[in-house]
Amino acid sequence: MVVKGMTRRGALRSGAGVMAAGLLGAPMVHAQGTGGSLRVAFWDHWVPTGNDAMRALVTEWSQKNRVEVTLDFINTTGNQLQLAGAAQAQSKSGHDIISLAPWDVGTYASVLEPVDDVINRLIAKYGPINPVAEYLAKREGAWRGVPATSGTQNKPACVRFDLMQEHAGLDVRAMWPASGQPGPGADQWTWDTFLTAAEKCGKAGFPFGLPMGAFSDAVDWVGALFASYGASMMDEKGKPTVRNNPKLRTAIEYAVRLSKTLPNDVWAWDDASNNRALISGKSALVFNPPSAWAVAKRDQPQVAEKCWTIPMPAGPEGRFLAYLPWTSGIWNFGRNKQTAKALLEFLGERSSAEALTSKTSGYDIPPFETMTDFKIWETEGPPVGTVYNYPLKPHHKAKPSIAFAPAPGEFAAQMYVQALNTKVIARVAQGGDTVDQALGWLERELTTIVRGG
Amino acid sequence: MAADGTLVAGAPASAANGRANTMQRFARRRSTIAFLMALPLIALIGGLVVYPAGYAMWLSTLNRRMTANIGLGNFEILLDSDTFWMVIWQSCIFAVGAVIAKALIGFWLAHMLHHIPAKGQRKWRGMLLIPWVIPPALSTLGWWWMFDPSYSSINWILNIFAVPAVPWLGEPWWARFSVILVNVWYGSPFFMIMYLAALKSVPDQLYEAAAIDGATGWQGLRYVTLPMMQNIISITVLFSLIVTFANYDIVRVLTNGGPRDLTQVFASYAFQVGILSGNLPRGAAVSLFMFPVLAVFAFFILRGINRRNREQM
Repeated sequence: MVVKGMTRRGALRSGAGVMAAGLLGAPMVHAQGTGGSLRVAFWDHWVPTGNDAMRALVTEWSQKNRVEVTLDFINTTGNQLQLAGAAQAQSKSGHDIISLAPWDVGTYASVLEPVDDVINRLIAKYGPINPVAEYLAKREGAWRGVPATSGTQNKPACVRFDLMQEHAGLDVRAMWPASGQPGPGADQWTWDTFLTAAEKCGKAGFPFGLPMGAFSDAVDWVGALFASYGASMMDEKGKPTVRNNPKLRTAIEYAVRLSKTLPNDVWAWDDASNNRALISGKSALVFNPPSAWAVAKRDQPQVAEKCWTIPMPAGPEGRFLAYLPWTSGIWNFGRNKQTAKALLEFLGERSSAEALTSKTSGYDIPPFETMTDFKIWETEGPPVGTVYNYPLKPHHKAKPSIAFAPAPGEFAAQMYVQALNTKVIARVAQGGDTVDQALGWLERELTTIVRGG
Repeated sequence: MAADGTLVAGAPASAANGRANTMQRFARRRSTIAFLMALPLIALIGGLVVYPAGYAMWLSTLNRRMTANIGLGNFEILLDSDTFWMVIWQSCIFAVGAVIAKALIGFWLAHMLHHIPAKGQRKWRGMLLIPWVIPPALSTLGWWWMFDPSYSSINWILNIFAVPAVPWLGEPWWARFSVILVNVWYGSPFFMIMYLAALKSVPDQLYEAAAIDGATGWQGLRYVTLPMMQNIISITVLFSLIVTFANYDIVRVLTNGGPRDLTQVFASYAFQVGILSGNLPRGAAVSLFMFPVLAVFAFFILRGINRRNREQM
């Protein structure tokens, strides 16, 4: 009966109405809680509260945007996160967003979604981005990831100020106070002063805890040392610059001299060895993020309360600070790329960065210079202000650095992983090579890396 | 019509019967049944061994960006590298040194166990097998703590006896010794249990006959035990050589290849070059280098076994 009463025009009108309702209703479906889903793999933070801080931020964003987010924290013990990245890039399946170790952005650039739109909006708000983060995350003119706050670290000097005062006569708290100005003697904080202090502390039984093996802490501080001597091994075009390079030779000779003041087993130290040296009270100085101090605060409070963080020393070409950033990448084979970009943009906001940094006792370093004034770095202690100089502040007159820059990323990654800078020093200091022999070896290694495209 | 109809209806029926008979005969064949039963294993080997091996071979012929085929270019580049030659020698020193030590210690332990009365033997056998049943990544971590550069418990004990601390992992020869030592500790029980099984299968009458002929203990070992165990020794050595050459976790946990790459072996170097440095094709080429080295060892060991078998027949 109903059908019988329907006219042709009526049916058409009803059909059009249904279609219009469908089209207008689509956004409403989103608003009702189906803004899509995301699978995210973030780095499993060393600091126990780091994951909670990230989880809280992602939950806040997902509820506001009605996006279902599956959050995995994958640790780097046994390189699990790097292996997950390699497997996902090869199989073209997996998470939508993944935390990428410094050099992995370049390695997987061809399967990472460009995020220039996100970066440009963040730069417009917060100013220039860290040049090392840009060197690592930009490939062929496009940003392939968003430099992350979580996990990103600087490696300044964490100094036992009492031992340094007693044995080397340097009052590091006066030189680098917890204020925006350098103190007296800060301009004398050079690698030469550093060597003298290392010799004195070494003789007193508190050698500096500087690793010289193949792990990142070793490669990073030696990278900053070489940068401050202007000692590069490869130019930006991929050409080895070892031969007839007096700056490189000077840096190696300096590092060999410095290594004589260190414990004789530093060649086998890993990333935890320097932390242990500081925490045990056996060492007067390490280059590290505040994690060593944080563990000392928990386990050896009498050591922690005598620690003070100061910038790395300056060399003939300036002062450089070892910087090791994480980057969040979006796979270009992911399903929900726009939503992924929105999440990363939210995490790049100042409020998100401050939340992450504050919850990790100041460990995390945001990629913008305008974000180096978070309150946590002033208030954290004991002693209060101990990590004030952990982020790179304007009065440090320093530049961030990563070892082997400005070599093309694909070559620099191999040089970094193979720790060519510490090995060339070890060949002279431990292996008995002359500097010329070591440089010859270095040049052959670089040639091998460059060959094969 | 009826005849035609019967013919038309009958022809397909007979063809179907013929097919069924052929199919039935094919299905009843022993080789077919054997093949079908082995199919899951073949699929497993195909998926987990043949495919990855083929993929690794293909990968090793690509350039770093995996955009062009460079043939044997990666192998050529590796052979020009000082570090890679060092890796080849170290892998050989590590594998051969560790296997010889494991074989000797396993042989000695097997003999000791063999002469313990049956009642107490089970207890000792269980205890001696412990290193082999602990996951090596875990036990190596224990060793690493004992060798730790700054807080070595072994050095602490040495210091009590006024012996100077040893840089277990910091000095090249000590580091090489340490990785071999851990591998020997882990792998000796395997040799022990294999040799013990072989010893138990040697008939007592042979020893009795040798004793009647006036053979000493050494002569019994030289002319009775060793010839009877020869094939087991060869197979065990070959198996262990393959596993030891491919070892990764001990070097990775203990030294990470250091100092100065002087403890790097094929597997750890392949991981460093392939995964960590982002050069998968060259990493694949490094790992494939194990193949010819192992093939040479396998050829000589298996040839020895075949020759002995022919002599015995």
